[in-house]
This record gives sequence, structure tokens and C-alpha cells, in this order.
Amino acid sequence: MPLLPDKVRQQVEEGFKDLKEPVNLKVFTQEFECPTCGENHNLMDEVAKISAKISIEIYDFVADEDEVEAYKIDKIPATVVEGKEDYGIRFYGVPNGYEFTTLIEAIRMVSQGDSMLSPKTRKKLKSLSKPVHIQVLITPTCPYCASAVNMAHRMAVESELITADMIETVEFPYLTNKYNVFAVPKVVINETIEFDGALPESDFLKHVMKAGEQ
Amino acid sequence: MYEDKRYDLLIIGAGPAGMTAAVYAARKKLDTLVISKDVGGQTILASGVETYMGYQYISGAELMRKFEEQVRQFPIAFSIGDVVTTLRVEDTSFAVLTTQGKTFRAKAVIVASGRRARSLNVPGEKELIGKGVSYCATCDAPLFGDKDVAVIGSGNPALTAVNELTNYAQKVYSIVRDSVRADPILVEKARKTGKVEFLAGYAVKELRGKDKVEGIVIKRVEYDKEVALDVGGVFIEIGAVPNTEFAVDVVVLNDSKEIEVDCDCKTNVEGVFAAGDVTNAPEKQIIVAAGEGAKAALSAYWYLVSRPEGGLKQ
Repeated sequence: MPLLPDKVRQQVEEGFKDLKEPVNLKVFTQEFECPTCGENHNLMDEVAKISAKISIEIYDFVADEDEVEAYKIDKIPATVVEGKEDYGIRFYGVPNGYEFTTLIEAIRMVSQGDSMLSPKTRKKLKSLSKPVHIQVLITPTCPYCASAVNMAHRMAVESELITADMIETVEFPYLTNKYNVFAVPKVVINETIEFDGALPESDFLKHVMKAGEQ
Repeated sequence: MYEDKRYDLLIIGAGPAGMTAAVYAARKKLDTLVISKDVGGQTILASGVETYMGYQYISGAELMRKFEEQVRQFPIAFSIGDVVTTLRVEDTSFAVLTTQGKTFRAKAVIVASGRRARSLNVPGEKELIGKGVSYCATCDAPLFGDKDVAVIGSGNPALTAVNELTNYAQKVYSIVRDSVRADPILVEKARKTGKVEFLAGYAVKELRGKDKVEGIVIKRVEYDKEVALDVGGVFIEIGAVPNTEFAVDVVVLNDSKEIEVDCDCKTNVEGVFAAGDVTNAPEKQIIVAAGEGAKAALSAYWYLVSRPEGGLKQ
């Protein structure tokens, strides 16, 4: 039985009409000891089938160690949304609920190669000199989380020094404990900066730049 | 959006009232700017809406996405992620100052800034926000798997939170000051889970914990008996307060700090209108707010065309 209802698939199809460059979904999975890997694999399969511009590659977390290392995947299920290059967009866990829209947005963004950030933000991000790793911890039922994930992904598209992960907290409880997540979205940047909530672009940027300076 | 121009209309807030006002303003070709922290307001937190005509059931977020889709058809300017801190009356304009340090001006204003969750105002609450104190069960419930939690409040939002939490938590204390006022169907659903303990007649005295919530102290309302509960999360659902702080020096508020409006959504200040949950209009419902938003925009339009100094060209 398909995961995506017909109506949703039609909406996504509409949204994919203006895709430009091909998009590759690299799905990292494992048959055992990963309760949600199957669901993630199926979801990505269904999304890939919606547009001829989207392809899918499946990698085993243990067997395909070269790819795992190249994309720095440290947990599964993981999905890399890759355009003509790897912009650093990662989904850890199944992008269900409100996060499904961030998956669709990420595909559109890498296909168009445009972060849609303001000129001011783009200029500022150019001055980054150190790698920045943004982790956005979410729940699929949180209406505010999607905009935080989307913002992190936009910044990853804009700067090759930025990697941005969506992390579904229920699937990775050890990270929920590690970062003391009691409210979502929780954003952790370079393990040094943490904040709660979906911030506007300019405020989000301040945290990213600060992390880049440390 | 531009700071150096004078808009016809500023709409403060992008919930059901603000977004409906925006559509009506656009159809009247008013040069309009909408300023809001987010699009959707409190509605996006509603897990299910069954009282908005045209939809038998729709999530609050989906409903507001449809509102936004409808507004975005029109050339309406938006400043999202910004919050108005001051509303000021100038000689020929109204000015608003925002948290992003911007100043916008317009010939007329609609305040549709809605409400926000009410605080308990007890020791420990403020310090533990984001550390186990939550005002959004929809968002944060999945983080409390296998923990004991407490929900404060007696209305439908509180019992909805209780039911959401029973999907994850080990035990849920439902703490109410008087008696449960929620719909019986929600109470019955909660009882059936076998996970909920109802504690009626208790007020919250304090929340305990340093880096995270570790417990809650409640006190019997009728006599001096305190009970300490070990909980890892406290969800506060005790209603909402209007977002009117930025307008206190301009418009008349009632005792509940709501903006007083007449049936045309006019405030005491000519050119300033208000709509939705921020006003004294009875019944805080999405459909009521949307209707009030429409009225406010039409009132603003008639105000603008009748301005002695010309204002709008007809």
C-alpha cells in the first residue's frame, strides 16, 4: 500500500513541475536493527517516482562503507538530497508529518540550485571560513520545526562550508538525551551553539556566523 | 516591503483574521503590508479543526497553508519573522516599530495580533521553559516517551494535550483548579487509556528542577495540603492572553487587555481597526476571527476612501 495518498502525490507532482537539474536521493539503510529504515526507503522510492528528474540510490550502512564515509553518514535511516553537487542536505529519520514538506522543498531547492535567501544573508555567508554543521532536532508533529529545517537547508545550499541535518528525535533518542531536547525545534550548531525555536533568517544567520567564528 | 513609503494599510498579525483582512484589502487594491511573527498564529497548533465551514476536518496548519496560498495570489507585502513592538500615531500616518528595528508607516492599521499562551506565573516556570515546561503538546509530546508528565488546565485544549501525551508518556496527571470543563468525549477518551490521573481542586504552587523539570508542587485549593509529584514535563494549557502590549498607549483595552471594537471593527482611534482573538469580540473561533478580519478590511477601505485629505483615489 502506498504511503502517499493520491491527493498528496498530485500536489507534489505539481510542485516538481519546475525542477531544473536532476536530483539524486541517496538513501542509507539496513535491513536489520533499524525499525524505520524500511519506511524511509519506501517513502523515498515513492517520491522519486513522482518526477523523471529524481533518481534514487540505495546504500547499505555496513556494506557500502565507502559511500557512508564519503557522505559522513553516522546513523540511519539517512537520506542525502543531492543536486549537481552535494550541498550538505541530510535527513536523519523519516521525514514524516510536517517534515515531508521540507523534503519536497529540499528537492526543489537543490534542483534549482537556489537557496532563496536574502542578498544580505548570501553576502554574509560568503565570509564563512570554517565548516559549520547545523543539526535541527524535530518531531514530525511540530508545525514550527519545518521552517527551522528549511532555513538550515537553505544555508547549506548557499554555503559549501555548511552541512544541515534534520534529525527526528523519536528515532534517535540518544541525541534527544545528549542535547537535552525538551522542546522542538532545537538547533545545535557545531556542538557549541544551541537554541530553541524557529528563528527568522537574520537571527538564525547570527548563530551560524558565530559558530563559524569559534 | 519598504520602510521609506507610506502604505495604505498595515495588518499586524497573519492568523485567520489578518490573512482574511489581507485578501479583502487586496481585492480593494489597497497597498498593504502584513507584519507577523509567523503565518497562521495559534491556529497552526490546532491538531484538528472541525468547525471551519467547507472542511469537515482539516489540521490547523493545513488550513492556514490554504489561507496563505489564497493571500499570496495578490501583491501583498509581507514582513514575516518580525514582531511589532510599538504602534504610534503621527500627524498623517500610523507608524509601527518592530523587533528587527524597522519602522513602517501607513494611512490605516488593522491589529490582528491574536493571543498567546497564558503563563501560570509560579516559581520555576520561566526558568524551565524549553527544559520540560511546554505550551505546545502537539510539538513536544513525542519527547516525553515513558516519562510521567502533568497537564495544567481544564478546557478542551488541556484535555487534547492530555490525550496527545497518552500516546507517549507513561503517566499523565491532569491537574485542574476547579472541575474539568472539556467536552465529555475528550474526558472519556483520556479515561479509557488508563494512563491518566485526574487531580481536581488543585492549584500549582511551583515547578521544581534546575536544568530540567523534576517535579511539580500542587496545593489543594480548599485547604492547606501540598502534594509533590515527580514529573519530567509540565504542559500548560490555561488559556491565552491578547497580544496588545504594543498598542496600550493608542487604543482602549478592556479589563482582559483586549482591544475594544465596535461591530465595524473600529477602535477608539480613527484609522485603527482590530479583528480576531485580540479584540473583545465574543467567541475565540477561527471562523469568527476570519469574519471579523473581513469586516475590519472593509471598514478600513471605507475609512481610506473617505479621508478628507484624499487618501485613496477611487
